Amino acid sequence: MRTVKQTITTIQSRDMSATEAVRESLDAIEKRKGDIGAFLSVHGERALEKARDMDQRIAAGERNLPLAGLPVAVKDNMCTDFGKTTCASRILENYSSPYNAHVVDRLQQAGAIIVGKTNLDEFAMGASNEYSAFGPVRNPWDTRRVAGGSSGGSAAAVAAGMVPAALGSDTGGSIRMPASLCGTVGLKPTYGRVSRYGLVAFGSSLDQIGPLCKTVEDAAILLSAIAGHDPRDATSINESVPRFELGLDAPIRGTRIGFPRSFFVEGLEESTRRCVQAAIEVYRDNGAEIIDIELPHVKYAVACYYVVATAECSSNLARFDGVHYGYRALNPADVFDLYAASRHDGFGPEVIRRIMLGTYALSSGYYDAYYLRALRVRTLLRRDFANAFEKVDAIIAPVSPSTAYAIGEKSGDPLAMYLTDIYTTAANLTGTCAMSVPCGFDDQHLPVGFQLMGPVLAEQRILALGHQYQLHTDHHLAEPN
Amino acid sequence: MSEKITETEVRHIASLSRLKLTDEQVDAFAGELAAILSYVRQLEEVDVDGVEPTPYAVELRDVVRDDQVCPSFSPEQATANAPQREGSFFKVPKVLDQGAP
Repeated sequence: MRTVKQTITTIQSRDMSATEAVRESLDAIEKRKGDIGAFLSVHGERALEKARDMDQRIAAGERNLPLAGLPVAVKDNMCTDFGKTTCASRILENYSSPYNAHVVDRLQQAGAIIVGKTNLDEFAMGASNEYSAFGPVRNPWDTRRVAGGSSGGSAAAVAAGMVPAALGSDTGGSIRMPASLCGTVGLKPTYGRVSRYGLVAFGSSLDQIGPLCKTVEDAAILLSAIAGHDPRDATSINESVPRFELGLDAPIRGTRIGFPRSFFVEGLEESTRRCVQAAIEVYRDNGAEIIDIELPHVKYAVACYYVVATAECSSNLARFDGVHYGYRALNPADVFDLYAASRHDGFGPEVIRRIMLGTYALSSGYYDAYYLRALRVRTLLRRDFANAFEKVDAIIAPVSPSTAYAIGEKSGDPLAMYLTDIYTTAANLTGTCAMSVPCGFDDQHLPVGFQLMGPVLAEQRILALGHQYQLHTDHHLAEPN
Repeated sequence: MSEKITETEVRHIASLSRLKLTDEQVDAFAGELAAILSYVRQLEEVDVDGVEPTPYAVELRDVVRDDQVCPSFSPEQATANAPQREGSFFKVPKVLDQGAP
């Protein structure tokens, strides 16, 4: 499968048409449709029509189409004014959005062609992509195993060569976790870097959209296309957006990289530790200074996250009431029953669990003890990272405590599943940027990723570090059979 | 804070959440919520005296804009996904003359 860079340059040089690129992508999707479950909807005819139109525009010499003809997929929690936007939930099974998410508009304006919408954990709540109402996503490296979640469809589609790039969303690790487990790059930008307009809300102070692709350079190209201020998202940051792909040459030499030793002590699978450690040595060998750092409150990140995220989820998902859109229970006794029965029938078990937890944490008598306390711990976490980033340019960490596990292994134990978010939630709670980069394989040839974390708005820095790493290694070139 | 979540508490939370639960679900949630909350209670170890809460990690500023008329959805578009409607109205069961649940 071509990378984003290869695809767009091949189309620009007229060695391949947009139509050919899209057809190739649709063929690859069709071939592995049954065994991976990466897509919830494929829009082949529409995509081919858009591709033919794009070929004419390219032939007419139209400029300012940086992604002309690039086939892409978007996670099915991003609104599109065509097809369905289901969030992998029964409650939105037949929902047709009347508008596009900001990122969908941006991709299309740049010339990209959306071929389909990818599977996810219902409402993006999950770490394995087993909580989709329409079936799990299977890992392309071993289909008996999970793809990781919640953007599992986007990661699997890229890993299996169905599309060169896909968008995901990350509330507590949902881009980075599946990227790591499927052996792709996955970038969670700074909170506010990419507009959330048209992203179905889960945790509004944590949600962020970002790209999944084969290379760090590809992630930079995609981020340049989707980042930037949008007045329709009140938390969108009004800062200039560089062309990230032009700033990847900064050398590793002289960079100070933070090593949080506590991340590598317990709970980390040995083969994963070995691969991440090897990535650290690549940086050291190329002249980076590896500096021990302390993040004293990071051990509380998961606990803090599951209070904040579920509180925000319980509030955001109140809009699904069986009245305005979505599933409605038949013959309700009264309006209360209409709400309660529609929500009972429409939501899956993990979504119900999180709404219940969040409602509990916000309820009278528990608000101070849970929600307010978690927000204060969040402040301490922010300080930990602010202090660390005074001493180092970036932090290196694992993404997942283990490689992909068997489908069904953790899905019966919610707390065990939550604990796999141990390395990822801090970036969401602190609003900083972080990226998963492939760094090798375990004994069973399952991919391992490492995490590069940077301060707020330092995407350029972690992208350059990630790109330089990929110039020295070839893990990202491996493909599943 | 109680160490256990009672069935009554689970039903109360479900009611606040506008969620109907089966008896089996009430039973399962009582155990699951207790396990998760007992994990979350490790936050009690942290000294948060005098620490301000962080609802948003990135500093937010008030955003003002001109009060301009902009295009928006027609009533037809806005109600197109409603499971039941009458004309361009959302249809719901009778809400008046009923005691609160």
